[in-house]
Amino acid sequence: MKQDSSVPRVEIRINECKGCHLCIAACPKKVLEPSGCFNNQGYNYAKYKGEGCIGCGICFYSCPEPGAITVYKKEN
Amino acid sequence: MSTNPNILCKSKAFYDEFTRKGVDDVITTHYCPGCGHGILHKMIAESIMDLGVQDKTILISPVGCSVFAYYYFDTGNVQVAHGRAPAVATGVKRSRPGSIVISYQGDGDLAAIGTAEIIHAANRGESMTVFFVNNAIYGMTGGQMAPTTTIGQKTATTPYGRKVENEGYPIKMSELISNLDAPVFVERVSLADVPNRNKTRAVVKKALQNQVEGKGFSFVEVLSACPSGLKMSPVQTNEWVKATLHNIFPIKNFRDNTATAQSSFKKDASSNKEEVLKALNLLDQTTDYKPSVDKSKFADQNVRLAGFGGQGILSAGSTLSVLAMYEGLETTWIPSYGPEMRGGTSNCHVRVSNKRIGSPLVETPNVLIAMNGPSLEKFESIVKKDGVIIVNSSIIDKKVSRKDVKVYYVPLTQISTDLGVPAAQSVAGLAAYLAATKVIPVEKLEYVVHKSLKRKELADKNISIIRKVAEHVGGQ
Ligand SMILES: Cc1ncc(C[n+]2csc(CCOP(=O)(O)OP(=O)(O)O)c2C)c(N)n1
Ligand code: SF4
Ligand code: SF4
Repeated sequence: MKQDSSVPRVEIRINECKGCHLCIAACPKKVLEPSGCFNNQGYNYAKYKGEGCIGCGICFYSCPEPGAITVYKKEN
Repeated sequence: MSTNPNILCKSKAFYDEFTRKGVDDVITTHYCPGCGHGILHKMIAESIMDLGVQDKTILISPVGCSVFAYYYFDTGNVQVAHGRAPAVATGVKRSRPGSIVISYQGDGDLAAIGTAEIIHAANRGESMTVFFVNNAIYGMTGGQMAPTTTIGQKTATTPYGRKVENEGYPIKMSELISNLDAPVFVERVSLADVPNRNKTRAVVKKALQNQVEGKGFSFVEVLSACPSGLKMSPVQTNEWVKATLHNIFPIKNFRDNTATAQSSFKKDASSNKEEVLKALNLLDQTTDYKPSVDKSKFADQNVRLAGFGGQGILSAGSTLSVLAMYEGLETTWIPSYGPEMRGGTSNCHVRVSNKRIGSPLVETPNVLIAMNGPSLEKFESIVKKDGVIIVNSSIIDKKVSRKDVKVYYVPLTQISTDLGVPAAQSVAGLAAYLAATKVIPVEKLEYVVHKSLKRKELADKNISIIRKVAEHVGGQ
């Protein structure tokens, strides 16, 4: 999928997420939510609502898993 | 992070694959959901990359939930016994002063079993960075009380809540450490909310930067959530950390002397050769000594001398080390003996090399000087292939069964006794070894023995023993 690099976004790798939801609590724009689905390990992984991410990276630094979250900031 | 500053993703300081859990899952850590260890790991990884020190970082991982940190960090790694990280970090940093050494510890590890290690490493001002994860509990073992557990907090071992009368007060490590003179940087931070995480990121980087600049001991206490130990959800645990831990353990900088601190590498602090020789009263004696080995060609000598107490094993070992010092070589000597003065067994490890010596232990000797039967039995099998065994045939009847070593049978006790100094039998063993291998001319041993014995008559007798032994070996 070709992404529009001028729009910040967040990507959560389903099977690297442990469902702690710290990212959801931390996000200032409240654009993350529990998916309501379970990943391979049985966790209710977090998901991006699809819009509203400002690329601040706050969720990245709240998440304990090294690779679960990728944040694409706005390219300048 | 990725090389693209516009993307925040898994740090290059982490391995691509985490093999801890085998092949089924190579992407996630072993930490519980919401654990502060993971968050801190990411901050440390980020700073390692930002500071460009990945190839010289050595992470010392503790016992506790972070015991497997070495599965994650693509750096040098040492995993150590419970509480001992600062001691191992001291050794690593001193032997590799150019490396960036991180001592990573939990609160059971640092503030209980390893209290002595951390206090003394801090007090010596070791040039290292300590990350101390205070989650107020023993996480790994299932939520027992830690020294940092709060008053009233229920844990597996304080089911009615921690009571001052019974378990004392929560221990405040940053306060303790900052009472010492040497540490240059002491700060307590928290991972419980966004502003505190931002602060923690900066402090983690500063504490590593300090070491890059050679500033000395930096200590960062990180208040962290252990949702499993606290039996709450990750979000609730962070609320608890804020409501409870933040009050007991104030978040603040306790010391920052980095602006004025001098570089504090412990470079060769204890191995200035001249000082050592002076302390051993050898300095002026060495002036008329002419070293005879070609240092560049010198092959490492790893020697075990073994026998019973009273045979002079330990002092003969140290004589070999002194001889090595006269020759300008590097050397170590450590004794290994029981509580008995005499009548027990005794042996020592001697290493001689043309390079700096890392460990003084001789686990696979290339030379064994066996002064009695049990010593030969005990150590014959550990001698390196093509090594040398000197057998004191006055006492040992048995023959060496190995065929891949060179053996010399010399009646060391007999020769020494006949020539009037039974106590010189182990020095006689040394003489046999030098005569057999010629690594250092045996005449040089005469010189050292002569210098070290005050009574001339005794020295002369020793020298005749050395000559007799050398003659005996020459004839084999
Ligand atoms: C010598 C020794 N004593 C006890 C243990 C058992 N033990 C393993 S981890 C641990 C506590 C670790 O707690 P902490 O340092 O707080 O780290 P956490 O797991 O909370 O991160 C204990 C007591 C051990 N492994 N070795
Ligand atoms: S913080 Fe990480 S592990 Fe936790 S829910 Fe969000 S993406 Fe998943
Ligand atoms: S028990 Fe606690 S400290 Fe250990 S991994 Fe789980 S949350 Fe982290």
